[in-house]
Amino acid sequence: MGFWDGYVWPLILIVLSVLAIVVPIILLVAYLTYAERKVMGAMQLRQGPMVVGPFGLLQPIADGVKLMAKETIIPSGANRVVFIVAPMLTFFLALVAWAVIPFDDGWVLANINVGILYLFAISSLGVYGIVMAGWASNSRYAFLGGLRSAAQMVSYEVSMGFIIISVLLCVGSLNLSDIVRAQQDLWFCIPLFPMFVIFFVSTVAETNRLPFDLPEGESEIAGGFMVEYSAMTYALFFLGEYANMILMSGMTTVLFLGGWLSPFAFPPFTWIPGVIWFALKVAACLFVFIWIRATFPRYRYDQLMRLGWKVFLPASLFWIVLTAGALIAFDWLPK
Amino acid sequence: MVIQGLAFYLFALITVAAGVMVITARNPVHSVLYLILAFFNSAALFLLMGAEFVAFILIIVYVGAVAVLFLFVVMMLDIDFARLREGVVRYLPIGALVGLVLLVELLVVLGAWTIAPGGETRIASPQPSLESGLTNTEALGNLIYTDYVYAFQIAGLILLVAMIGAIVLTLRTRTVRRQRIADQVNRRPEEVLVIRKVEPGEGI
Repeated sequence: MGFWDGYVWPLILIVLSVLAIVVPIILLVAYLTYAERKVMGAMQLRQGPMVVGPFGLLQPIADGVKLMAKETIIPSGANRVVFIVAPMLTFFLALVAWAVIPFDDGWVLANINVGILYLFAISSLGVYGIVMAGWASNSRYAFLGGLRSAAQMVSYEVSMGFIIISVLLCVGSLNLSDIVRAQQDLWFCIPLFPMFVIFFVSTVAETNRLPFDLPEGESEIAGGFMVEYSAMTYALFFLGEYANMILMSGMTTVLFLGGWLSPFAFPPFTWIPGVIWFALKVAACLFVFIWIRATFPRYRYDQLMRLGWKVFLPASLFWIVLTAGALIAFDWLPK
Repeated sequence: MVIQGLAFYLFALITVAAGVMVITARNPVHSVLYLILAFFNSAALFLLMGAEFVAFILIIVYVGAVAVLFLFVVMMLDIDFARLREGVVRYLPIGALVGLVLLVELLVVLGAWTIAPGGETRIASPQPSLESGLTNTEALGNLIYTDYVYAFQIAGLILLVAMIGAIVLTLRTRTVRRQRIADQVNRRPEEVLVIRKVEPGEGI
């Protein structure tokens, strides 16, 4: 194997496939902000953005240009390196997780056999961007936001881990493509319905979205960890949050909604390519994210902790035992 | 193989450098951040060895949970660096002595290190062959839940005892008004609400 065949050509291929994933996702993130404003506008009997371009379609681009043209202000008391690294880390983590998500049968950048662990690891790292930002800003509000986020994300990760385990019990593999293939006959959101609900609520808490946006909490701590951020550094947090939303929707789709599989295994549903089904399911999850935001008021912090530790954790733990028991009792264990 | 070799040296170098920075960084928060970097690169080294399950568990447990709590605590410490450094000269001799003793002990252990003759034959569980197509996760599971199930259960019990101990240490009865959701939900209007007709100019 020569230098060209062995190293350069695979490298070019990998870079191209990375671009083929990242560029659509960044565009999607931009238009998710537009979709959010439109959907919330419709729910509140407003029009949403209408001025820039037809139906306001160019609004995200205008917002992007505005954020790039602004001046980045770094507070004099801030810890400069950590302050700059934190938003980059948030955005970076939201993008690298896509390496293992299967968009269709075989459409995956890295089909690793511990894919779900990789996703779980990446999503558990998301807290660092926020905590580092909160600490490095050297501001009380930002610091409070960082502390809140640390406690919140650690709490909800625990039950997410248990839910992932109960899905894995039904699959018998940690590979994401195998998880989707195991749902050929029945999507896991039906037999594991309570876990599906708990998982979705936990992903809302993991992404710091309303009603769990206490780290940001603009009415109490003035914007929380982002209070000192401006221009592109702020934009990276903002984009990171939306990219995380898409990622979590993708994760829910793969684990519970049958990934690229069509809801009914006969034509004309099977004529539609899997990647379209995947996109539709992700879009449905994203709509629920926005719907929740437009509907619910923010949780109080002790209520948030109570929900995570006293409701979700026992429920998911109980469900693991129940799933394992049922699989053994009825001999349904995956071969 | 050249790339793997280069990657190994890169990750190993960063691990060691980050480890050194953990103990030399002035700011304790920076120390924790370097510690996280060290964890990360050790996970990468595990990946290079083909132990992907251990690598990701390392990241999930240490970076995702333990180091977050470290960072949480260290960030809240209010450290006065001038006071921290004022006793350095006084405590230097005893610190140096302890360090020297540890170093000598390490050297003695390393110098006398021999592998027991015939040790390979006494490995309790043979490694599954690479051709069997068994993934790391399955191989580990097969071992832990069969041959080593008692050791595994004992480890779990020790952790449980430690957890109960931590809860007992922090448990205290406080007279704080708590929200009881069940009470709130069960409250009925006829128990707590009285509707009266108030005549003008009279009051209740």
